Amino acid sequence: MRYLPHTEAERAEMLATIGVDDIAALFAAVPESARLKSPLDLPPHSPEYLVEAHMRALAAKNRAAGDGPFFVGAGAYRHHVPATVDHLIQRSEWLTAYTPYQPEVSQGTLQMLFEFQTQVAHLLGMDVANASMYDGSTATAEAVLMAKRLTRRNRIVLSSGLHPHYRDVVRTYVGDDPDLVMIPHSQAGTLPLNIDDQTAAIVVQTPDFYGSLRNIEELADLAHEAGALLIVVVTEIVALGLIEAPGALGADIVVAEGQSIGNALNFGGPYVGLMATHKEFVRQMPGRLCGETVDADGNRGFVLTLSTREQHIRREKATSNICTNSGLCALAFSIHMGLLGEEGFTKLARLNHARACALASALEKAPGVELITHTFFNEMTIRLPKPAAPVVEILAAKGILAGVPVSRLDPTHPDVANLLVLAATELTTDDDIAALVAGLTEALK
Amino acid sequence: MSMNPIGRPTHTGTPATAGTGSSLLPDEPLLFEIGDTGHSGVDLPDVEIDDARLGEFRRKTPLNLAGLTEPEALRHYVRLSRRNYSIDSGMYPLGSCTMKHNPRLNEKIARLPGFADVHPLQPVSTVPGALELMQQLSHWLLTLTNMTAVALTPKAGAHGEMCGMMTIRAAHEAKGQGHRKLVLVPESAHGTNPATAAALGYAVKAIPARADGTVDVAAVKAALSPDVAAIMLTNPNTCGLFEKQIIEIAAAVHDVGAYFYCDGANFNAIMGVVRPGDLGVDAMHINLHKTFSTPHGGGGPGAGPVVLSAALAPFAPVPFVREGDKVLDLVEHVEGEHLGRITAFAGQMGMYVRALTYMLSHGGDGLAQAARDAVLNANYVKARLQDVFSLPFGTQACMHEALFDDHFLDGTGVSTLDFAKALIDEGYHPMTVYFPLVVHGAMLVEPTESEPKQTLDAFCDTMLDLAADAKAGNAERFTAAPLRAPRRRLDETRAARSPKLKWERETELPAAAE
Repeated sequence: MRYLPHTEAERAEMLATIGVDDIAALFAAVPESARLKSPLDLPPHSPEYLVEAHMRALAAKNRAAGDGPFFVGAGAYRHHVPATVDHLIQRSEWLTAYTPYQPEVSQGTLQMLFEFQTQVAHLLGMDVANASMYDGSTATAEAVLMAKRLTRRNRIVLSSGLHPHYRDVVRTYVGDDPDLVMIPHSQAGTLPLNIDDQTAAIVVQTPDFYGSLRNIEELADLAHEAGALLIVVVTEIVALGLIEAPGALGADIVVAEGQSIGNALNFGGPYVGLMATHKEFVRQMPGRLCGETVDADGNRGFVLTLSTREQHIRREKATSNICTNSGLCALAFSIHMGLLGEEGFTKLARLNHARACALASALEKAPGVELITHTFFNEMTIRLPKPAAPVVEILAAKGILAGVPVSRLDPTHPDVANLLVLAATELTTDDDIAALVAGLTEALK
Repeated sequence: MSMNPIGRPTHTGTPATAGTGSSLLPDEPLLFEIGDTGHSGVDLPDVEIDDARLGEFRRKTPLNLAGLTEPEALRHYVRLSRRNYSIDSGMYPLGSCTMKHNPRLNEKIARLPGFADVHPLQPVSTVPGALELMQQLSHWLLTLTNMTAVALTPKAGAHGEMCGMMTIRAAHEAKGQGHRKLVLVPESAHGTNPATAAALGYAVKAIPARADGTVDVAAVKAALSPDVAAIMLTNPNTCGLFEKQIIEIAAAVHDVGAYFYCDGANFNAIMGVVRPGDLGVDAMHINLHKTFSTPHGGGGPGAGPVVLSAALAPFAPVPFVREGDKVLDLVEHVEGEHLGRITAFAGQMGMYVRALTYMLSHGGDGLAQAARDAVLNANYVKARLQDVFSLPFGTQACMHEALFDDHFLDGTGVSTLDFAKALIDEGYHPMTVYFPLVVHGAMLVEPTESEPKQTLDAFCDTMLDLAADAKAGNAERFTAAPLRAPRRRLDETRAARSPKLKWERETELPAAAE
């Protein structure tokens, strides 16, 4: 087996040093009844070319996003990632290092994380960011738990525009808590009525699940008047190249999905969660934090810090159980963002918005289609004269991935059955849009 | 003095010059010190936009993001990378972390557009290959563990623990047993175990270890009651030992109506040799990144699928793959008392691809051999060192990692930490230190199956030479270490006391020591 270095002679030599006859003797502590008596029913080891053929055959059964017109968003976005990013993250020193527990031989990873934290804090407009979370949805759930710790209150109010999957993850994390208030999308105006002196946080997403830009400042005022915190969720981080930073609008904790920058779609993971907050809240923050310090010679260096929040020190008193996070995805994010810089990131955001405007204009002209999102970044919702899910299937059969039917995520609300969420990015061409509109027109006839 | 011929730098430092970098390893400024807001490494068209569809939401706060052209970006990240130790540059015997070889075929496969460029919310009809891949991975995991079901979606080991314990909580609630508020956790457990239980609202009761390093079935029985929801037990445990009374412990736990959560972080030691399902386990997470070698990437991403017993299977989170008549289906919504959703989409597909590629490459025979070789390597290191290094639990065979305590350093003025830092000067990444907590000054060495005998011999020679040097009274070599790393010891107290967590323009850089 090509990855295993020992010959039988070497194994025998090592066993002699250990003083046993065979490797089985080293498993003597395993109860007799639990020892496998025969090999498992699994195929034997296989050469690289055969494994590759097997895996390629599986991959070939999937329709890749780049194979044709593609408008799927709703929390994960197809963007162009420069070749440099993937080349760099495959360098051995990045790819095959562990969490930087020994800082003297991990300064590469640590300095990168310090730069990543700086980028994220600037983007989100907050004092401090952590060294990444698993993804945007789990970061949102962790932010909710953090707000409960900070306020010592229990009620969480989730706004109607929060991604339904994010809402579900929060519900799973906090349990069947009667204090979890979910505002149905049809009652968007009722949000203020649910905020009281037991409210720990309001959770709002912008651009929201339907693509709409939300007035955060108003909600921040509402939350703060009640002594609650405002948690802002961003699932399309490119939006912050064009729309105002949540931190500048009164957010107390900002969480985001960072996949759009540096990371492929990967059918849902691995992705990279971003989290930032005020300086005074940092000790209640989950996840790793990298900080600057000096070494014994006074030279600048970086270490993981404030680890008294973490599970390996505090055990059951830790702020969260998180250990491994998204190091390599954070690296990809940081490299891509370093390549873009302010100039490139701003251009990218403008380009995304311009492509979305082109899509919106075309959809507005399509017969039977009603655009219901009026302010947006790169994503929008349309109402069709019939259920969206079958229409999406008809278009998929023609090679057009038209977007996400809201009913797929929210099957219990019949009033969303006709809604379709579509995204455009810098990769969306005029031809893609023309093909979509032609396909929709045909399907709605 | 034996040396690692590959990893040790040729430049010999002294306390006066160490850490300042050699000509091949220059210090690298921060991105924000070399980049600026005017440079970019990406060409994009400049398009005109207006506020018609943006409303009044346009950004006014400066982004303040530093940019680099492509050649400068390459240099920045290549130079930074060289300040990292990695498996590909040398032995990385970090106990409990399983730093084994990361096959490059896995990286190539994970980048095929049919896996990497697929959206989690594409119509299910357009992703049959993804579902089939999840099904095949599940088949391997269930065959290796002899369990009933697997929840693939957890994002990392700790997330898998949370998923498994939530499943247990859901099962208790479904049986009207939601009042059970106690979780038993051995003192030797990973910190994630008590942290997970506490995060779910459980009180944690610690179970002491026996003198031989394993959990005492009598101590477990004494702690069991109708209030106990579960025990969280690591097997093989964090001392590198197989819990030999595990079957009796499982039976006792089940007798009081509680569940057995097994921390599967060390499954790499027994894959293909022992099946957790034959030990009475109800739920166990498997760190795909450890056992099936997806790269650790400087701290993730991981993946932590949880295998479940028949009792817990109905409570698995969505989404999951189900076999239909002729096609596989992705179940995204379930009525009734199931767990819900623990992450937005279908989990770590990128890690599933790498893990399945690793499994197919090894085959059932290769996985079992990898487990046996991992155990062989750890016992070989233990045998070569045990006359000099102190064993906390006697000379019994270990599993995939060898645990030493610091008694052999008594009176030398050298601590476990000093010893670890001295290993850096010899070109090795240190072993895990001060974990598990039940052993004084713990040194946990996990060579993994990837290391050839020659490397293990060189490592053991170095360890023995260092121990001899410590006993000979050369403490300064240890307390001053590392002298040959990109940095000398870092002031962690200062970092925590006045946290500086991002670059600030007004920051004065500390003066160089030269």
